[in-house]
Amino acid sequence: MYGNDFSAPEDAPGGGLLGEVAAAEAALRAAATRQRGGGPGPDADLEAYFADVIDADQKIEPRDWMPEAYRKTLIRQIAQHAHSEIIGMQPEGNWISRAPSLKRKAILLAKVQDEAGHGLYLYAAAETLGVSRDELVQLLLDGRQKYSSIFNYPTLSWADVGVIGWLVDGAAIVNQVPLCRCSYGPYARAMIRVCKEESFHQRQGYEILHTLAHGTLEQKAMAQDAVDRWWYPSLAMFGPPDGDSTHSARSMAWKIKRFSNDELRQRFVDMCVQQAEILGLTLPDPDLRWNEQCQAYDFTEPDYAELMRVISGEGPCNRQRMEHRRRAHAEGAWVRVAAAAYAAKRSTAREAVAA
Amino acid sequence: MSGTDSTSPLWEVFVRARRGLAHTHVGSLHAPDAELALRNARDLYTRRQEGVSIWVVPAAAITASSPDEKDAFFDPAADKVYRHPTFYDVPDGVAHL
Ligand SMILES: [Fe+2]
Ligand SMILES: [Fe+2]
Repeated sequence: MYGNDFSAPEDAPGGGLLGEVAAAEAALRAAATRQRGGGPGPDADLEAYFADVIDADQKIEPRDWMPEAYRKTLIRQIAQHAHSEIIGMQPEGNWISRAPSLKRKAILLAKVQDEAGHGLYLYAAAETLGVSRDELVQLLLDGRQKYSSIFNYPTLSWADVGVIGWLVDGAAIVNQVPLCRCSYGPYARAMIRVCKEESFHQRQGYEILHTLAHGTLEQKAMAQDAVDRWWYPSLAMFGPPDGDSTHSARSMAWKIKRFSNDELRQRFVDMCVQQAEILGLTLPDPDLRWNEQCQAYDFTEPDYAELMRVISGEGPCNRQRMEHRRRAHAEGAWVRVAAAAYAAKRSTAREAVAA
Repeated sequence: MSGTDSTSPLWEVFVRARRGLAHTHVGSLHAPDAELALRNARDLYTRRQEGVSIWVVPAAAITASSPDEKDAFFDPAADKVYRHPTFYDVPDGVAHL
């Protein structure tokens, strides 16, 4: 069961990703039934009431009062997230027509269709905050809102599709699982739905790589090359290091964000090391080693100057991605116009019958 | 966005997960008419057999109880604890009550 209120517990294994999502879902329901600790009533003091709801780990809902900066932060974050899902269809979409078998093609189509769905869940969540979908789409097309830097890298071989599933979706999951506990209800619920679908994405990617890594020498080399190219851009997905990260502290206080960029990046590295070993592939970091004292891996940070360049438009594929999106939007205009005309014609016909 | 592109109406989507359960709100979407709203809802919210039935309702047709999701509107129910069976003391030894 995915993303509804009746998810069957037998579907959710105790540990791992799905377990964490199930726990977030259970926490959401438990918090909803909890009495708040004698805070102010809703009419007494709006700001204190808002703080009280956040404090009780309950959800803020669309028509509740909220600080303007909370609303703005959420709109920016959710929109950027939605844009990433939509632009993120392109690197993998490039390989749908060239997938090596019908089975892989069907899986990749389903995965890319899921990403479109994630974009739509997220645009819908953003709309509950009082912006329109058209506005958000326009902000993306005008380059005034960003999407994740990772999608500005090219997919050069079939192995890249595997690595995107394993590392890129994997990093996205590490980022997104804590968002299932975000204080804004519609965002938290959208993320629960998204995370349940992401686990399929990550596994299909891992399976592609495992197959390649245990295939011919050329196939294994292709898999290793893809890991070499995607490792550091994937680490950069968690954003700048904590010291340089603006807004982070406030988002934590509002329980929009639950962990810092560096904490999430560390969690991701710690997960990947063992998974890479089982693949028989090497993570391209000579300084990657277990730190007994920290009980975590030491690793080389990604090049944050490169991250900033890619964010500001100078990545290998930024122009191509935006051109493609603008063209797709423009070429789809006639479909939207035709659907609206058809709806108008039908409603006039109905009125004529009623009259 | 040009005038012809302007947003088609917003629809709220409710899905019945399994026979015997109530329809539950799952999210929203845009569509020019009810028929397309249903089709879009099927593609967006039931790609993994999440439901056996879908309702779509124009968001504009929904009237909500109060401007905020707050408690005042429901206050009249707050002081009527005697509406709950737990209000009553049951003498020891009474069965089937
Ligand atoms: Fe996604
Ligand atoms: Fe994904």
